[in-house]
Amino acid sequence: MRLHDDTIAAISTPPGEGAIGIVRISGNLSLSILRSIFRNPSGGSRTDFASHLLCYGRIVTDDNLPIDEVLAVYMKAPRTYTREDVVEIHCHGGTASVREILQAVVHAGARPAEPGEFTLRAFLNGRIDLTQSEAVMDVIGAKTKRSLLCAARQLGGGLGRRITEMRERLIRLLAHLEAWIDFPEDDIPAFDLDVFRTGASAIADEAANLLATWEGGRALREGISVAIAGRPNVGKSSLLNLLLAEERAIVTDIPGTTRDTIEETLSIDGLPVRLIDTAGIREAGDMAEAEGIRRSRAAMDQAEIVILVLDGSEPLHASDMELASETAQRKSLLVINKSDLPGAWTAGDAGLSGRAVINLSARTGEGVQALMEAISALAVRDPASTEGIVITRLRHKTALEGAVLAINRFLALLEAGEPPELLSLDLRDALACMDEILGVTAVDDILDVIFSDFCIGK
Amino acid sequence: MVECMVSGRDYDVIVVGGGHAGCEAAMAAARMGLSTALFTLNMDNIAQMSCNPAIGGLAKGHLVREIDAIGGMMSVCADMTGIQFKTLNGSKGPAVWSLRCQSDKAAYKVLVRRFLEGQSGLDIRQSEIISLLVDGGSVVGVVDFLGVEYKAGAVVLTVGTFMNGLVHVGDKSYSAGRSGDFASVGLSESLVRLGFNVGRFKTGTPPRIDGGSIDFSVTEVQNGDDTPEMFSIISSGPTLRQVPCYKTYTNNRTHDLIRVNIDRSPLYAGKIKGVGPRYCPSIEDKVVRFPEKENHQVFLEPEGLETDEYYVNGISTSLPYDVQVGIVNSIRGLETALITRPGYAVEYDYCNPVQLKPSLETKLYYGLFMAGQINGTSGYEEAAAQGLIAGINAAKYVKRQEPLVLRRNEAYIGVLIDDLVTRGTVEPYRMFTSRAECRLYLRQDNVEERLSLYGVETGLLSGERRAACERVMRDMVEVENFLAASKTAAGDWPPGVPLIKILKRPEVTIQNILDKYPLNFAPDVKALRKIEIKVKYEGYVSRQMDEVDRLASIDKKLINEDIDYKCLDGLSIEVRHKLEAVRPRTVGQASRIPGVTPAAISYILVMLEKRKRSVH
Repeated sequence: MRLHDDTIAAISTPPGEGAIGIVRISGNLSLSILRSIFRNPSGGSRTDFASHLLCYGRIVTDDNLPIDEVLAVYMKAPRTYTREDVVEIHCHGGTASVREILQAVVHAGARPAEPGEFTLRAFLNGRIDLTQSEAVMDVIGAKTKRSLLCAARQLGGGLGRRITEMRERLIRLLAHLEAWIDFPEDDIPAFDLDVFRTGASAIADEAANLLATWEGGRALREGISVAIAGRPNVGKSSLLNLLLAEERAIVTDIPGTTRDTIEETLSIDGLPVRLIDTAGIREAGDMAEAEGIRRSRAAMDQAEIVILVLDGSEPLHASDMELASETAQRKSLLVINKSDLPGAWTAGDAGLSGRAVINLSARTGEGVQALMEAISALAVRDPASTEGIVITRLRHKTALEGAVLAINRFLALLEAGEPPELLSLDLRDALACMDEILGVTAVDDILDVIFSDFCIGK
Repeated sequence: MVECMVSGRDYDVIVVGGGHAGCEAAMAAARMGLSTALFTLNMDNIAQMSCNPAIGGLAKGHLVREIDAIGGMMSVCADMTGIQFKTLNGSKGPAVWSLRCQSDKAAYKVLVRRFLEGQSGLDIRQSEIISLLVDGGSVVGVVDFLGVEYKAGAVVLTVGTFMNGLVHVGDKSYSAGRSGDFASVGLSESLVRLGFNVGRFKTGTPPRIDGGSIDFSVTEVQNGDDTPEMFSIISSGPTLRQVPCYKTYTNNRTHDLIRVNIDRSPLYAGKIKGVGPRYCPSIEDKVVRFPEKENHQVFLEPEGLETDEYYVNGISTSLPYDVQVGIVNSIRGLETALITRPGYAVEYDYCNPVQLKPSLETKLYYGLFMAGQINGTSGYEEAAAQGLIAGINAAKYVKRQEPLVLRRNEAYIGVLIDDLVTRGTVEPYRMFTSRAECRLYLRQDNVEERLSLYGVETGLLSGERRAACERVMRDMVEVENFLAASKTAAGDWPPGVPLIKILKRPEVTIQNILDKYPLNFAPDVKALRKIEIKVKYEGYVSRQMDEVDRLASIDKKLINEDIDYKCLDGLSIEVRHKLEAVRPRTVGQASRIPGVTPAAISYILVMLEKRKRSVH
């Protein structure tokens, strides 16, 4: 049950590539969350945050790894938008930093906010007036009417079914425990440690597999960044134009985070792809090769996938080989361009036979379909165990993580020989996490299983 | 008839029905100082245990302990008439320990009636009440079958399975409240005329047999505990002679016989329309639903010390008499057993409990309260618990005081009533520990700490029982203070540690500690037990308490009584219907209605805030 008294967090800048991104937190835990993830420029923790004053520093992960440089501000209740304690973290624009910061905030104890929830709190806490509240009512009202439909759509495909199925197995275990508690004199099968151990572990493993799809799922949701790298004059601009022409879905054309790159967004099979180009379109014909390589590296630094473009019609340069070896350990594709011309070398000749290679002609368009398929395959890698089901929403991820933690606690208590009413606590927590994803409640379901699985009734 | 000249009222409170709910209700109202009448169809069957001869058991034992702490009478009466006491789940943790006693049924009803008769301000009257007197929006009295009107400040209906009761044995069915008692036929129609939504449930009992015809030598003996726990804080031990129960089993012959005759069961022939409880299936249900099981347990439970009748627990049935004889005689030890009373199913009318407020007063009429099976529950303990609360609140209504509403996080009684009035029930409702979110906190051992303040406030916890309760709680405080203030000296345990921390260790008992660090007074042993459980369970309970706090915070947010859900077009029609049917008092209650989504709750919160502001 949402009570509106826990701590929520969300990215409050529009999606896409703004100059800055803001993560906003509201609720009692705001300050303690900030304290746990904020570090001074010196690297030390900071506990004193004067209200309404910006602090410069950086945000770190659980493992104390820096995520981004930020300006953070703590605003003490009630002089805030929601009239609760609020923290805002201003970081560099671009989806990667904001979402990683949001994730750190959630790890530290916040819950991902529902749409309109900050405004809802502002209203409930008396911050905004009736006319403004109408808008809130609309948001929530619309959501209520459509919630079932939305939930069905969101959970459409396999995820809903998969979670439902895991939940049913969990209820089955729980029903056994509960039957064992509530019907001590009935004919309930004896408590078999192994049934619970294997049953619960299997559910936890499955949840962990789903969680492992989060990275790929995130790509589906937020897009994946792809750098087109290569020395000057290998055909990067032609390739970029070709890809864009193929899709005709240019959404943005904005400077990247370094002055040397620009980004273009296109959609491949419904997957948003942000192409980071080395400002190559504007590349002067006489640009020094060293400068071109420098720009390529800048683009590669920002990208999750690298397309390294090589010229197949003339012998490889030393710089080609350098870039090839730098990308060897990354998600990368080698594009051998100018396949319409006689080839001067092959991947085998160049010692690149282990790499993903696509022969392509930017001039004729040959091979572009294969390239797009390869990008899409690299972006969303489906672990076979989840049959293509991916986690795309932070809310689902948080809930599944909760379920895994609870089941692990259950397994520990189980091994320690604790009695069933204590074991039941953690299984119920795990169930609550799944219920949260599905938007259902379980009391009656547990009883239903008890009565259908066991012969109850002296 | 004594007319109360001044108020024009015959009684302050009238209770209709003399079962376990009615007895608690009438006793509570009378003890709270109100002139009270208990109407029953048959004075000889007051507090009759119509089904099994036992009180307590899982979650039910918890209810009886709670009744004791508030000052009701079931706990004391069960202790004084118990012929076997047993704590169930003793091998599990203390939260799910639950006491059950086998009762001498005849002794139980004699004792309850004696208590009722001895209570000043309480009249017991035999008559059939067939309708209610209504004045505007309030119920102001009752009318009996002779047409005599009795005026009252409040009326409590505790009519059990008697409303339009229909008993089935095979293809025979007849009107009866239970075997041997008339049904009540006018009242249900009267309630329907008044606008109540009435449904139909079914329950059943097994045959009783003559103990002289049982071969006990081939059954398993089941004894009670050697040093039994008691339900009431004032009971020190059983007063009646303790006797065993016996266990035997059905077999394939029993099951074959049932299968061959299944079409003669009124349930399977479609004659019974009422919904029965899944946790208490008939033997024919068990055989059909679990065909792979080769036997089912059968418990032979004595009906009392002064009778040789046995209750055959486990073979509840409505099959025809000749099949019942075959079933009984197919069971080991019962080969020549004589059926004294055949088993039967009974169908009866109940009132959908979502028509009640959490005080158990109806939403439709002021001054009308309902408790027990009329609310769709089953079980003596569930009935008594509601009866106690309905009696208290009828008295408070007459006295113009705020009703007593127990919360889900302080009592099983709170869970019971909240479930009924919020979720309704689709089968006869029985309490289970799994229904309580705060199971680890709602224990048998701490009922006094949880609830005795309500007993004191209403005046129902009084005299010797109140004194015993206060003594135990005072001893608890003193011993806890001692354990917190004293530290270990050099020895088995690390030195300088508060004793209370040592007690948290699983292997250490409170007696271990007190042997080494003696107290300078002799505390009640119950106090020591309470402390031991409390300290050892604390870590787990505090985890659950987070949930408790969450519940408490939304349960404090009240919803205006005059809210018109039909106008809330931000909510789906389905959700509006559900809210309209229950008309929850708090946001917490709304959130527990099945199908009411978190988004709907947000919407209601916004709407409440908006209203608040437009009023100002």
